[in-house]
Amino acid sequence: MNRTSTAVLDDLGVRGEVTASDASLRRFLHGLPGVDKVGVEARAAALSTRSIKTTAKAYAIDLAISMIDLTTLEGADTPGKVRTLCAKAVRPDPTDPGVPSTAAVCVYSDLVGLAKADLGSSGVKVAAVATAFPSGRASLGVKLTDTRDAVAAGADEIDMVIDRGAFLSGRYLQVHDEIAAIKGACGDAHLKVILETGELATYDNVRRASWLAMLAGADFIKTSTGKVAPAATLPVTLVMLEACRDWRDGTGATVGMKSAGGIRTTKEAMRYLVLVNETLGTDWLTPDLFRFGASSLLNDLLLQRHKLATGHYSGPDYVTVD
Amino acid sequence: MSPTPFEYAPAPESRAVVDISSSYGLFIDGEFVDGHGPAFKTVNPATEEVLAEVSEASAQDVDRAVAAARRAYTKVWSKTSGKDRAKYLFRIARLVQERSRELAVLETLDNGKPIKESRDVDIPLVAAYFFYYAGWADKLSHAGFGPDPKPLGVAAQVIPWNFPLLMLAWKIAPALAAGNTVVLKPAETTPLTALLFADICRQADLPPGVVNIITGAGDTGRALVEHPDVDKIAFTGSTAVGKAIARSAAGTRKRLTLELGGKAANIVFDDAPVDQAVEGIVSGIFFNQGHVCCAGSRLLVQESVADEVVERLKRRLTTLRLGDPMDKNTDIGAINSAEQLARIRALTDVGDAEGAQRWTAPCDLPDHGYWFAPTVFTKVTQAHRIAREEIFGPVLSVLTFRTPDEAVAKANNTPYGLSAGVWTEKGSLILRMAGELRAGVVWANTFNQFDPTSPFGGYKESGFGREGGRHGLAAYLDVA
Repeated sequence: MNRTSTAVLDDLGVRGEVTASDASLRRFLHGLPGVDKVGVEARAAALSTRSIKTTAKAYAIDLAISMIDLTTLEGADTPGKVRTLCAKAVRPDPTDPGVPSTAAVCVYSDLVGLAKADLGSSGVKVAAVATAFPSGRASLGVKLTDTRDAVAAGADEIDMVIDRGAFLSGRYLQVHDEIAAIKGACGDAHLKVILETGELATYDNVRRASWLAMLAGADFIKTSTGKVAPAATLPVTLVMLEACRDWRDGTGATVGMKSAGGIRTTKEAMRYLVLVNETLGTDWLTPDLFRFGASSLLNDLLLQRHKLATGHYSGPDYVTVD
Repeated sequence: MSPTPFEYAPAPESRAVVDISSSYGLFIDGEFVDGHGPAFKTVNPATEEVLAEVSEASAQDVDRAVAAARRAYTKVWSKTSGKDRAKYLFRIARLVQERSRELAVLETLDNGKPIKESRDVDIPLVAAYFFYYAGWADKLSHAGFGPDPKPLGVAAQVIPWNFPLLMLAWKIAPALAAGNTVVLKPAETTPLTALLFADICRQADLPPGVVNIITGAGDTGRALVEHPDVDKIAFTGSTAVGKAIARSAAGTRKRLTLELGGKAANIVFDDAPVDQAVEGIVSGIFFNQGHVCCAGSRLLVQESVADEVVERLKRRLTTLRLGDPMDKNTDIGAINSAEQLARIRALTDVGDAEGAQRWTAPCDLPDHGYWFAPTVFTKVTQAHRIAREEIFGPVLSVLTFRTPDEAVAKANNTPYGLSAGVWTEKGSLILRMAGELRAGVVWANTFNQFDPTSPFGGYKESGFGREGGRHGLAAYLDVA
């Protein structure tokens, strides 16, 4: 188990200084190197032309399946829906026990207990969105209660949202302290911090919010709720992966990355894995450090896996609809 | 699941899309004819496999080609309206697009550049230049050169091996749009796409003699540019040969444009967007194995961030994939010829001897073919030969500076002046640098970007005349 980022920073003595006030935090975040929009988009596009075939594709498909947080976040979620989702997460393809389980199922906090009971000792984790997901517009007290409820019900991972209003109005310390407070309420649960990059709008903001979340103790940084367009994109993911890389180089601590929303096809998933591979290297190619937040992606991965194994495309009636 | 390496399986492009003949003649007056010089071989530099035998044009063949171009100019092309010239050029552009896969594969086989570059950069730009100049052909009276600018006549064009088909497009498209006919000689190591282009001219029903393509080495080139019936010489290549051509053209009526060597400074300030600057340094010098006249071969980095930038650069270079140019995942292909490889080795040895510190990206070089791993020299000073001479290979020299004034002084302290790059988040500094750098192209927060609407050309020993854009038309019109 890696040491947490905050512990490392405390050792270095920097965290206290940087987070002493809004002004010092602002100086730090605005002192990070800028991101050139044209350049980062060109780099992401260039990496998208990597051609992943045969053995590399087989490896990447299974890896991608094992990295999925299989997600349902609807007002209409029911115990029945959660049950089918859990069954699918444990055994994505009922006809093939060789297919790995997904990393986790991701549900609203009130459904955590149900999911936990269904998943039992399968090894599939339960992730709960909390903190007034997806808008984050509630008092800190409400957010803390939401988080504690999910943890008490057995959540292994908490996906929180940052207060984008506070971030965009420059109240960085408030965002920081809120993340740190939620981290405190998580106990042993892993904290994923959702930046909602579609609302942050610029790559400079994405980089600053990534560092802010890591300074406050995030175990993972995550692109999006999936409720705002655009959700995950390749260039945004690249900027965040670069932040993870620079954080590792600066502190020695590892922070994971989750791209969520809008990733539906195997081809897209391959591009994200290439991005991870060529930015952070092989170390990050594990569900401990990279996740996809997705629902329909899993079925496309299963179809492509089947096609690779049999040489023909089976069609949507040969994967389960959940 | 424990992490294992994500090994990209080989993803080779199929070479079956292109038919390569065992031998090729010269393309004169719309026909393929045998040359009278000895045949020479063109090889795949990645494997040393012989691809084809190609005729060498003798002085007599050059004479025939120039005569064919003169005939076509006098009888046909000078009487063809701008609208009709445009029609042929648009047709050629579309054919290039239709046959792009074939052209890309052939370019990679003959040149050694990665297929992703010939597929995504070279061939799309070739089509773009033909489309662009096709648009000018019937609008020359609105180009700012007077009400009825006239063509020059017969253009002799000699092009290099680094971007074989793209350099052909830079030469032929504006020449034809302006109403000239051409005799073009591709480099002796990369003649094949030019010969395929000859087939495209026939397919487009271009009148015979408007485009003539003759193959051969230095002697053929000399015979062509010294031919008395040539009105215009356009040369892209080394500064030494450019000087010889300029001497031979002195005192004649021939118009001359030269696009020669370079030793471009890529200047990184301490406030640069560092991750994108690293990408720009990589594409600046390692694009096309550094076989780029405008390559950013001198990295000038502000001393306060030099260590960090160099460290990030080295880390990035370890991810470059060197190998089979036909593999779609290859980033660095083969060096074009044994001669060029020997030159790169000789100059880098000088770098060692002069006390610069060599770092080589860790990568396995294939057993056959001509290869040179991406290399970075640090602790380089202005006095080192590797900071002054064009290496024309995947070799970067890193120098430092303290202030903008020093950056300008060092960047301009070279006999060349083809291109430069500036990396900073400060707009006012970009504008100041662009004004003070004596280079034909200054890229800001990017590098090695090409567009048919943008003029390209050098200061000082990097040559004169411009290619591309409206300015590129002037080189083929009687306007000076």
